[in-house]
Amino acid sequence: MSEWIKHDLLDLQNLSKEEIELILETAKSFKEVSSRDVKKVPALRGKTVVMLFFENSTRTRMSFELAAKRLSADTINIAISSSSLSKGETILDTARNIEAMNVDAIIVRHPTAGVPKILSENLGPSIINAGDGCRSHPTQALLDMFTIKEKLGKIEGLEVGIVGDIAHSRVARSNICGLNKLGAKVTVCGPATLIPSDIEKLGVKVSHDVDEIIKNSDVIMLLRIQKERQEDKFLPSIREYAKVFGINKNRLKNAKKDLLIMHPGPTNRGVELSAEVADGEYSVILDQVTNGVAVRMAILYLLLGTKEIKTEEVS
Amino acid sequence: MSKIIDKENIRRAITRISHEILEKNKGSEDLCLIGIRTRGAVLAERINECIKQIEGAALPLGILDITLYRDDLTLVSTQPIVHETLINFDIADKKIVLVDDVLFTGRTIRAALDALIDFGRPSSIQLAVLVDRGHRELPIRADYVGKNIPTSIDENVNVVLEETDKEQDQVIVETGGAK
Repeated sequence: MSEWIKHDLLDLQNLSKEEIELILETAKSFKEVSSRDVKKVPALRGKTVVMLFFENSTRTRMSFELAAKRLSADTINIAISSSSLSKGETILDTARNIEAMNVDAIIVRHPTAGVPKILSENLGPSIINAGDGCRSHPTQALLDMFTIKEKLGKIEGLEVGIVGDIAHSRVARSNICGLNKLGAKVTVCGPATLIPSDIEKLGVKVSHDVDEIIKNSDVIMLLRIQKERQEDKFLPSIREYAKVFGINKNRLKNAKKDLLIMHPGPTNRGVELSAEVADGEYSVILDQVTNGVAVRMAILYLLLGTKEIKTEEVS
Repeated sequence: MSKIIDKENIRRAITRISHEILEKNKGSEDLCLIGIRTRGAVLAERINECIKQIEGAALPLGILDITLYRDDLTLVSTQPIVHETLINFDIADKKIVLVDDVLFTGRTIRAALDALIDFGRPSSIQLAVLVDRGHRELPIRADYVGKNIPTSIDENVNVVLEETDKEQDQVIVETGGAK
């Protein structure tokens, strides 16, 4: 297995296939830790991890916090509404102050693409991207790939359908990148207004027929229809979307026997998928959440072990 | 480079250790084996096979990866690869025999003890090793030893086992150049 030398986790573009596989393999070992009575190992004792979230999050933030705590690192949450950022301090200044208190990693989520990269270019601690704008959400893609590999035993050669608002989805972009590197065939599906016109350049096929996706796929990833974006009129109505693209039990009659239905959460029951499907036999939505902790433990473990001098990093 | 123990003598050492474990614990009641990855796990399996032949029943067997408990994790430049720990039985109130290939500084065993305690409170922990090469840095000793091999600090003791190394069993001492 290859050695880990990266200092930050910004996206999957600059990870090699071997590095992705190393993360997934390491996560397998960490999954066992969360099943113990004493869910804690001393590997990152004395390390400090700061969570700097500029967007709301339940799953990702809690998952990262649990991951860090189970490795014995200390964690600090910075709530943006009560921080100096609301007094006009720039992100970089805030981050530099955090750095000055000798932290080892900063986990950042921000509505603007590229913020984690800017922080990584200016700061010493490891930067972990927990989602930047519509660009990238690497840990979500990694936990999705981990779940697929765990359930189906492989990723190479699988047909993966990603259904929903592709245009605004960092989860879709990261998954397309990672799945392509590991040899899966990705098809994106959704209303034309929510699929970027040049998406094929990322190496995916485009479909507008969700029944075709159901018939052909080994894995279907559903994306949340972001109701908060409905003012922009990408869709005639949520109800119409649910009718044309929503997945229900009836539609799944043509599915492969061991199909996986995945969703990064939060789910809109009755929109992307019916409640029956969300709780049904194909759904691995809660496995994704369980695996998220293991994958994030693996990432923290690998990143906080490297001591390379930052200035040598080019990416 | 010299071969210190050959295949036959490794087999005899394992047989003797198995008998000693049973003798000292007066049978196999509450006994379980936990091998330290990777070669300790292989040796634990062999000991278990032996005990099965003597007593008619095998013991619960676990595999422990101590990477996350190492005391030099913050000193190494890249993180060592973590492997899975597989202990699917309750170790509380059990008599545990920890198995490893070489006992050297004692730091691996220290890490293993810490890891085990996180799994529960065994009634006792004993230690079985194939080779004790001396140079302890911690107050740790083995209860069962295949062979004591006096070494100098810059020698390497290599345990070769068929299951992990795809070569015939042997123990080799190489001089010079710490690995």
